Amino acid sequence: MHHKKLGLAAALTAVISTSAIAEDKVLNVYNWSDYVDPAIIEAFEAETGIKVNYDVYDSNEVLEAKLMSGGSGYDVVVPTGAFLERQIQAGIYKEIDRSKLTNYANLDTVLTDKISRHDPDNKHNVPWAWGTIGLGYNEAMVKERLGPDAKLDSLDMIFKPEVAEKLADCGIGILDSPAEVVSVALNYLGMDPNSEKKSDLKKAKALLSSVRPHYKYFHSSKYIADLASGEICLTLGYNGDVLQSQSRAEETGQGHKIGYSIPTEGTLVWFDLMAIPSDAPHPEAAHKFIDHMLKAESGAGVANYVYYAVANKASEPLLNQDVITNPGIYPSDEVKANLFTQNAHTAKFDRQLTRAWTSIKTGR
Amino acid sequence: MSISTGSVWVDGSSSRMQRYNIFRRVNWGRFAVVAIPAFWLGIFFFIPFLVVFKISLSETAIAVPPYTPLLEWDLEEAYINLKISLGNYLYLLEDAFYLEAYLSSIKIAAISTFFTLLIAFPIAYLIARSDGSRRALLLALVILPFWTSFLLRVYAWMGFLKKNGIVNEFLLSLGIIDQPLVMLQTDFAVYLGIVYTYLPFMVLPLYSALEKMDMTLLEAAEDLGCRPAQSFFLITLPLAIPGIVAGCLLVFIPAVGEFVIPALLGGSDTLMIGRVLWDEFFLNRDWPMASAVAIVMLIVLVLPIMLIRNGQGKGEAI
Repeated sequence: MHHKKLGLAAALTAVISTSAIAEDKVLNVYNWSDYVDPAIIEAFEAETGIKVNYDVYDSNEVLEAKLMSGGSGYDVVVPTGAFLERQIQAGIYKEIDRSKLTNYANLDTVLTDKISRHDPDNKHNVPWAWGTIGLGYNEAMVKERLGPDAKLDSLDMIFKPEVAEKLADCGIGILDSPAEVVSVALNYLGMDPNSEKKSDLKKAKALLSSVRPHYKYFHSSKYIADLASGEICLTLGYNGDVLQSQSRAEETGQGHKIGYSIPTEGTLVWFDLMAIPSDAPHPEAAHKFIDHMLKAESGAGVANYVYYAVANKASEPLLNQDVITNPGIYPSDEVKANLFTQNAHTAKFDRQLTRAWTSIKTGR
Repeated sequence: MSISTGSVWVDGSSSRMQRYNIFRRVNWGRFAVVAIPAFWLGIFFFIPFLVVFKISLSETAIAVPPYTPLLEWDLEEAYINLKISLGNYLYLLEDAFYLEAYLSSIKIAAISTFFTLLIAFPIAYLIARSDGSRRALLLALVILPFWTSFLLRVYAWMGFLKKNGIVNEFLLSLGIIDQPLVMLQTDFAVYLGIVYTYLPFMVLPLYSALEKMDMTLLEAAEDLGCRPAQSFFLITLPLAIPGIVAGCLLVFIPAVGEFVIPALLGGSDTLMIGRVLWDEFFLNRDWPMASAVAIVMLIVLVLPIMLIRNGQGKGEAI
């Protein structure tokens, strides 16, 4: 297991390459930080003779800002579903030519069906990896406060004031991601997680404001280190990040045991998807790279290395036991049925959402 | 203020002569000296400012770039369409939240500037009164932190302030406290971060003002029966005012727009305009609105400060 580098500085670096008429043997990839086993990229370079410039970011927002300014120079980028959905509307992606992808049949069609809600017929994307938002917890610290039979897979710990109150002193962290957290809250309240109704947003806001005093902070990556060090005892976080925190806690040997659970109330499933910007200077190489990532060995390499699931059926026999049998990474079909995707919102709703979120966070 | 234009004849009474001299004897050296910073300001401040201003007058759109064009034309249809939207500025007035964010930023920056001044003054005074090698060493110590990235130094503070961080461990082991203090993710941590980060920007201008001071003035005051505290307030402090003003501006202006320090050290309820800008830009994807927020901040902050500077410049003309 590796460490996730918080890629603020890395996200600021950019490689802009100029294109020639005959395609250079170069490929510019822009992906999430620590999301691949470097050996997979080396194998691609050795096989094709194409040199890969691999840059990383740590938020969809950074990626989107670059793509929307135009002329990013990237050939393959990996946005999350809802972001891809809106970016397609802005016309910034090429259609992917499936005749160039020899390994496309390796994909899990159950998952690609779910993804097609973002991109009809999946014309512009090929999945990279997927995961859930769930509960990352320090078992001992939570049980100490909630009793030995605490329900560690219930969102009550996060959303019920009387329960969250008991955990406030050991620290609760929340993702600073309004669209995702609000959709989980709406689903918890029994409403449509993708609702854009003002009244629904109001109820979600009331719920979050009622528990807000018991939260320590809103942040989308700090919890990885803090959960491992005992600085916080509970977080609403991304599964792979919580599992990284778990192995970090084991490495440091301070005795913190970190667990991850998918809430029984249901939660959000997200997909990170490879796409080719319409002004990509090396589209041929981009297709070759995507096809390379669709190989069974590549998919297994990613999942075994980063602890996120891949949508590649053919990879499953090659997965390590601790990955394929981990319900936090590969949940059972029963749990899977309870997962929902979060759709792209209209600009108007985004504004209301951000405003509500700011007022939840600041109490203003 | 004495202005020399390169001619000893200029006395204002002979304007014909003055013009003649300016035309005949253009001082290319001075021109170059002024042109370089002017060019720099033009390229890196004025033009970007105009671009931001232009974007603030458009509307958000799902496109590349994500806002509507101000000017549309079609030569065949023979039309030019100029569309200016003031909606963003009106919205700023509509929602009291923006005003609150501006005020809260100004408050945080003002308090931080005050404490920076309070801490920096004795330091600058000490350096200015030290001699030779000791002064050089002290100055080097003030500048030394710049050798480490600012981001790393803020992260280091997180290590100090967190629940099981160095400060809490130390106080717990001494038995001064029995529960760890909550310091990180509070306004206190933001003030601390800003004061720490901007301290050199206050020390250096103060030092250069104090260093220029004529020490014989203090001796004269003493001879005339002035007590040290009195002479400090009557002589040292007034003479340090240009340094105080320069230092306060150097700290206050960047502190108002600070984003990194409140993001890393502050709590979720620390409201600053930098964060509001970030939200507008990245969460709402509303570049025009974000631009309007930035332009208003510039107007709210820079105009009064420029007026103060101007007034002060005239007041102290020697």
